[in-house]
Amino acid sequence: MTIRDFSIRLGLTLIPIILSILATAGLILLLGGDPISVYSTLYESAFQDQTTVARVLNVWIPLTLVSIGLVVTFTAGLWNIGVEGQMVMGAVFASWGALFLDLPPILLIPINLVLATIGGLLWGVLVGILKTRLGVHEIFGGVALNAIANNIAIFLIAGPWEPPEGGSAQSTAPFPENALLPTFSVDFPVPTVLLVITIVGLVIVGFLLYFTRWGLELKAVGKNARSALLLGVRTERVSLMALALGGAFAGLAGAHRVLHFYASLRPLVSGGIGFLGLLLVLLVGFRIIWMPFVGFVLAGLLAGSTRLQALQRIRPELVGDSSLVGVLQGLLVLMILYFNGIRERWFARDKARKANIHE
Amino acid sequence: MNDALINTLNSIIASATPLIIASLGETITERAGVINLSLNGSILLSAMAGFAVATVTSSLWLGILIAMLIGAVIAFLVAFGSLTLKQDQVAIGFVLTLLTADLAQFLGTDFQNIEGPVAREITIPLLSDIPILGGIFFEHDAFVYFSFVLLAVVWIFMFRSRAGLSLRAVGERPEAAFSRGVNVTTQQYLYTIIGGALVGLAGAAYSLGVKAGWQATPAMNGDGWIALAIVIFGGWHPARVVFGAYLFAILRSLVSIIQRDPNIDIPVVLLNNLPWILMIVTLALVSGGVIDRLLQMLPLHWQRRLRGILRSNPPEALGQVFNNQK
Repeated sequence: MTIRDFSIRLGLTLIPIILSILATAGLILLLGGDPISVYSTLYESAFQDQTTVARVLNVWIPLTLVSIGLVVTFTAGLWNIGVEGQMVMGAVFASWGALFLDLPPILLIPINLVLATIGGLLWGVLVGILKTRLGVHEIFGGVALNAIANNIAIFLIAGPWEPPEGGSAQSTAPFPENALLPTFSVDFPVPTVLLVITIVGLVIVGFLLYFTRWGLELKAVGKNARSALLLGVRTERVSLMALALGGAFAGLAGAHRVLHFYASLRPLVSGGIGFLGLLLVLLVGFRIIWMPFVGFVLAGLLAGSTRLQALQRIRPELVGDSSLVGVLQGLLVLMILYFNGIRERWFARDKARKANIHE
Repeated sequence: MNDALINTLNSIIASATPLIIASLGETITERAGVINLSLNGSILLSAMAGFAVATVTSSLWLGILIAMLIGAVIAFLVAFGSLTLKQDQVAIGFVLTLLTADLAQFLGTDFQNIEGPVAREITIPLLSDIPILGGIFFEHDAFVYFSFVLLAVVWIFMFRSRAGLSLRAVGERPEAAFSRGVNVTTQQYLYTIIGGALVGLAGAAYSLGVKAGWQATPAMNGDGWIALAIVIFGGWHPARVVFGAYLFAILRSLVSIIQRDPNIDIPVVLLNNLPWILMIVTLALVSGGVIDRLLQMLPLHWQRRLRGILRSNPPEALGQVFNNQK
């Protein structure tokens, strides 16, 4: 790669980032806010000190967990939009354990994590069965199962799992202390178990994808399912496996939401983190290596948006909430996709021109 | 027939209207071989913008125009990203559906829960005097009448005009269309944008019609996905698509009737699952092998006739970007 090529590549990566930040700033101005205050608040509330970093990590853990699963499903060529519902089902299963099993933490926590994994896995497999057996595309199966999972959660919160003092349909009773995930410390409230699982999961799945026959089969199915089938890969089984694994990771992410973040089950418990995971995986172009780092930035933005909203009462120039951060993240991914296209066109043309000169 | 039933049927027609407009728009787009997956967000953003503009300017027409413009611009972004920049069509559409939904939320804060203009009911003279049918079909706002006309126009255009023939050729056999001198990419741009404008109009049909106004949790959220599923259920055929939209509206109205009935005690949230379950079941019926297995139980000549009606095959080149340099 020549210096010229490198600087073009660098430029075509930086321009979309700058453009999306500027465009979002324009929108903030449009609503009468002050973009610089908004951005600096977002930055401070994410990366200022230990407490804020812990806040970001508590978004980063579920985000990275769902994204690990999504890399697997994307590699198999599947659009696992059902990841949100898989998170919710994981959360629901873990909540059942937290509410109704009275065991010491040493037993209860592993059991609840396993329950969450099973919940997400089942919901993922359901998408897979709908696709492989009944021909329902995973996007539609996923969208429907997302809505159904959320409805089930709302039903449980407002009905059978209503707190004894009568509920507002806003959440179940807070979970007992022994069901909550133990954290590093009071000053650094990040659940140790899930942080470890996340990092180990990243490494293992990365290894499996790049260095094993299974990873190769996934890629073969993702690139061209028909040829893979002709070469003897059992494509249906590979798809089901990928969705099961994706669901399992999403279920664990759901466990983080209920066993730590909210310490109860709430409606729309995923908080859009599943969809953010899809954006993250698109943003890094399916490369698992970049995922934890870029994910940290996205998690920081999402965590910062809560702070932004909290500060609005005293500082009206801070407009926006999680939807503002959603706009910024969406624009970023859209711009990156566009500039990928522009780069590919540029280098194709460049190559053609060079080829002409040499002739 | 009693008045209550006529009223119910009337409201079914009204509530199906935005779904019809959106899914007919998407049918046009997908017939040209392009998937615009951004429907859910597109509808939300155009609904919000249409309502906001109509409220500020107190002009319904301007609101509708802006809604259509926004739908068209989003569709253009899908076409540009996938047809010109050759990026994944589904990815672009999906990102846009999230982005536009958030944009609607962010920009619409000031317009939540306020009174705004609503398209008024126009009773069609003479036709509305027809017993029963008049009350069901001819006492609506203009969006509903437009949806009737739209079906006819799309059908005639698609199956009885030269331009419609080339539209279908572009979606089925782009190479053949190209070799006959059709500019495939231009046509795909055109029909994606037209389809998008209709999706935008559907947004306006919600916020200025059946689901008037704008809320923090918009009532039409999710309908874009249903509209996309209806296109598949409808086998990319305008008449069947409209039938599918009415089917969904009927089911929803049944759900709300059951909700109001004090004798039936099923929690509302679980009833809300029914449209989604119907979506999965109908998609499984038309796209899987289920239909074939069922058909095999019938006599042979029935099989052939019914298969043509029931099966749903996508346009051959749906979602594949045509590259004329190949």
